[in-house]
Amino acid sequence: MILLKNATVVNSDAMFQSDVLIDGGDIVRMARDIDEPYAQIVDCDGKLVFPGFIDMHCHLREPGQTHKEDIESGSAAALAGGYTAVCCMPNTVPPIDNAAAVCYVRSRSEECGNAEVYPIGCITRGQGGKELCEFGKMKRAGAIAVSDDGLPVNDGAVMLNALKYAKTFGLTLISHSEDKSISGAGVVNEGENATAAGLRGIPRAAESAAIARDVFLADEADASIHIAHVSTSDSIDVIRAAKARGVKVTCETCPHYFSATDDEILSYNTNAKINPPLRSQSDVDAIVAGIADGTIDVIATDHAPHHLDEKNKEFDYAPFGTVGLETAFSVAYTYLVLTDAIKLTDLSRLMSGAPAEILGIKGGRIEEGARADIAIVDPDAEWTVDAQKFKSRGKNSVFDGWHLKGKITDVIIKGEKISV
Amino acid sequence: MKRKDLLGIKELSKSELNEILTVARDMRDAIDSGEKLTTMRGKSVMTLFYENSTRTRNSFDAAAKNLGASTGSISVATSSVQKGESLIDTGKTLNALKTDVIILRHPVGGAPRLLAENVSASVINAGDGFNEHPTQALLDVMTALRHFPSLAGVKTVIVGDIKHSRVARSDIAAFTKLGAEVTVCAPYTLLPSGVDGLGASVETDLDRALDGANIIMPLRIQFERMDQAYFSSREEYREYYGITQKRLSSCASDYIVMHPAPINREAEIDGDVADGRRSVIEEQVTNGVAVRMAVLQLLTNRGE
Repeated sequence: MILLKNATVVNSDAMFQSDVLIDGGDIVRMARDIDEPYAQIVDCDGKLVFPGFIDMHCHLREPGQTHKEDIESGSAAALAGGYTAVCCMPNTVPPIDNAAAVCYVRSRSEECGNAEVYPIGCITRGQGGKELCEFGKMKRAGAIAVSDDGLPVNDGAVMLNALKYAKTFGLTLISHSEDKSISGAGVVNEGENATAAGLRGIPRAAESAAIARDVFLADEADASIHIAHVSTSDSIDVIRAAKARGVKVTCETCPHYFSATDDEILSYNTNAKINPPLRSQSDVDAIVAGIADGTIDVIATDHAPHHLDEKNKEFDYAPFGTVGLETAFSVAYTYLVLTDAIKLTDLSRLMSGAPAEILGIKGGRIEEGARADIAIVDPDAEWTVDAQKFKSRGKNSVFDGWHLKGKITDVIIKGEKISV
Repeated sequence: MKRKDLLGIKELSKSELNEILTVARDMRDAIDSGEKLTTMRGKSVMTLFYENSTRTRNSFDAAAKNLGASTGSISVATSSVQKGESLIDTGKTLNALKTDVIILRHPVGGAPRLLAENVSASVINAGDGFNEHPTQALLDVMTALRHFPSLAGVKTVIVGDIKHSRVARSDIAAFTKLGAEVTVCAPYTLLPSGVDGLGASVETDLDRALDGANIIMPLRIQFERMDQAYFSSREEYREYYGITQKRLSSCASDYIVMHPAPINREAEIDGDVADGRRSVIEEQVTNGVAVRMAVLQLLTNRGE
């Protein structure tokens, strides 16, 4: 038994003082001044106690690219970042596009015993954009959602059917919405900084035009769609308008889109080479506003680990992506809560409550009877990011060297406490 | 000059720019008088070109030899790069061979900086992607300063594919640092977004751009870009953006025509303009050797 004493519990809808008694894997009692002599006491005075975070979007690289990350290192990194569950994207080698591959990820997740790993299956076989995968079988094997993340489904008719087919099996379709014919060979945000650095730009419309198509397709199919890694003001406008029209659309952004601009690429820092690219300050401001007004439902990491030798290359040749699992909370706390853009309860919803609801999984809330998946935070701690100390095999963090506030101190997963 | 590398014009101060130009003028005098210099005797200079170029490579080679340096070249087509060797590993090998200066041309912007951070040799950027081609800009301002006493207020018009041009970016930086007023002129498809942020004004109408211009610099048009819908035809390009003798009548009386070469005659520039008395294209080539000598000398004799 574990007893969290004097906890400030932060749920999506309320923040309150309570003791939290955990027995087995579950939260068994919540009240002021619980007295339980046989429990291990964790003094939470001055700490914030969140439901364990749920990452809807990360890349764990297993199978096939375990020099970048594997399920063990990635799920350990997740725990270090306060995540008790993560959803891994299927763009592995080979891609997770069938039930057997889904089973493999589930069984590795259980063996590792870190954060729970929910596999996302491909939309199309081999991410080829043509033939639909076996959504029913993949779901039965444990797939939580479907996505061709990294590669958009280019063909509109295939996308329309994918939305209908996913609806049939009650699976969330997560769309990496990007018009590749617009983004072309671009590597950074199109604009003044791309021009100054002499790097090929990705026009903002590559994202917003594709999102517009996808929300209209979702409307046509009367299916739900979740838009991944939203990064521009126009994208938010499109999604806000679609929500107002009653389209079943949800969306996520990532910590780097509300904290960093494309100024980062002026030094040719390949860790700032991310897709969608880091944008300008006006987009960053719009992302913060979109989070604050509820248009953006979820903060996901898009944790994209790469090997040092892959990133330590000419800018065009380095792969896209930054790691994010071990910094997401602190970046969000520093750039959203401490700036008064959102409340702590909003952060709880964005990082835990909303993902649980969208995916239809357990968690997302601290209450009696819930599984004891908890992240304990010291809101007063300040720290400097040192990527070399990450549990993740990927040290490619755009946040390396950043000074952040708020730090995960302990994580409880299925009732077991782990110090970070 | 204290810096190890020449990666771009952007990061040079105005005084560094002037220092290079002063030394380059001495080098030009040495070239003209046939004087042999030995300031780089015992030093080795390697050209490492990931893109084809005969002009720039030969110019650097001549510059290094004029200063008494030994020279060599690595052609990517015949080197271990073809076996998948990375830029950093190739650079480390050159470093271990005690190369003093590596001259790099590379298709990716920022590549010279990556190399410079990983080798103790000096790195000179001989063109990186769309980013910079600093020695071209240096030879351009040097040439301009042989025709105008100062570049302050000198109206300079760069015409053509600004979007994909490292020459344009370096020239905008160099000419504006020296006080010139730079206008870029192209269809919107060939203008990079935010180019005004670099300090150039934008004009899509060539006749308006040329009105009162002192320096006219057409860029080589890359016809392979027609496939990518940047423009329609050679004929239409020439009609709207080609530098013809007739068009130049609205320029200032003292105008000169420059071109980074190689040129497409009767495309971005008419043959009679390129060969005409206002053309300084050949002079640019000679000045190219002079500025490269200056840069080589300044980078290898820093702090001595």
